[in-house]
Amino acid sequence: MEYGIFQIIILSIFINNFVLSRFLGICPYMGVSKQLDSAIGMGMAVTFVMTLASLVTWLLFNFFLAPTYNSVFYAIFHTPIDHIPDLTFLRTIVFILVIAALVQFIEMYIQKASPTLYKALGIYLPLITTNCAILGVAVLNIDMFFAEGLPVHNSFINTLVQAFASGLGFTLVLILMAGIREKLELANIPKPFRGLPIAFIVAGLMSIAFLGFAGMNVK
Amino acid sequence: MGAATTFVLLSSNIMVSLLMIMFAKILSEEGLKSLNKIRIPVFIVVIASFVTIVEMVMSAYFPALSASLGIFIPLIVVNCIILGRAEGFASKNPLLPSIADAIGMGIGFTLALSSIALLREILGSGQILGHTLFGNGYKPVLLMILPPGAFLVIGIYLGALNWFDARKKQSQRG
Repeated sequence: MEYGIFQIIILSIFINNFVLSRFLGICPYMGVSKQLDSAIGMGMAVTFVMTLASLVTWLLFNFFLAPTYNSVFYAIFHTPIDHIPDLTFLRTIVFILVIAALVQFIEMYIQKASPTLYKALGIYLPLITTNCAILGVAVLNIDMFFAEGLPVHNSFINTLVQAFASGLGFTLVLILMAGIREKLELANIPKPFRGLPIAFIVAGLMSIAFLGFAGMNVK
Repeated sequence: MGAATTFVLLSSNIMVSLLMIMFAKILSEEGLKSLNKIRIPVFIVVIASFVTIVEMVMSAYFPALSASLGIFIPLIVVNCIILGRAEGFASKNPLLPSIADAIGMGIGFTLALSSIALLREILGSGQILGHTLFGNGYKPVLLMILPPGAFLVIGIYLGALNWFDARKKQSQRG
């Protein structure tokens, strides 16, 4: 299906929100939503890494893994199109390595370029490697825009937009959750439900609220 | 899903345990020290390879299951349990305890997953594995099969678990 850019933004922020309707990125969502400041930092870091990781994984998939006319094997080595190795099965391994390496580089770069930002993001940067939302968005981009056989420039732009908007969606629910949990600290909750259990139930209620967006017609 | 995760957990624990024993024999003290720095990427590659095997086997033999699990199969790579056990247990222990650890962890994970699925299925569709439970008068709680149901069920389970723990501690004390 062809999506417009605006549709992709609405879809990935509200309707297919990563945390609340796809269940991805639950660990940071529960772990970092205790304070508003750290929630904002984590959200920013995730959005940034998500966009960059999607960019790099898309390029790799398009030019190395998929046997199309864009493959380097065709462009540089002039391998006949039906002899190009189909490396798409390496997707998971390649993507996770790329993401791990990327996070490492970003960490080093930010440390040198902007120590203040580095301090603000703190331990969240290395933690992002194992955030399933990052690998999730990379795999999803390929499933949604590549397998559909969109023209190359379209699938590229869609990928970037989807990654950035998904990051924004993650940030949005993380900040909302942090705001609620800061208030919950003061609330009178039955003892066994204090802490994580009530956080999950709040997440469930938020998820119900976000279900309302599913009624929106974006076609 | 539980079976797939258990398989990956088991094989990566075996592999990591074997690798660590092998490295300990081959490498000198210096080499081991530098290996220590890159052990996490090594583990991730091992795990990712097994996940790829699962992905390929599943799409070949169980296409329906593979389609319904979809994106969650590649995401087994970033399942915290697997890397956690590889790092925390298998890399420091010999082969047999690592296998036992993986099987135990896998069963635990599968049980937790199944118990959540069971409750959601009973409430959400009034059926267990296709058998109707409550007769025609029962109106399914649609919410339970939708995403919010999962969050609610986990929250309630956790709360119940805490409650049992607290009661146990109290009865021990007094």
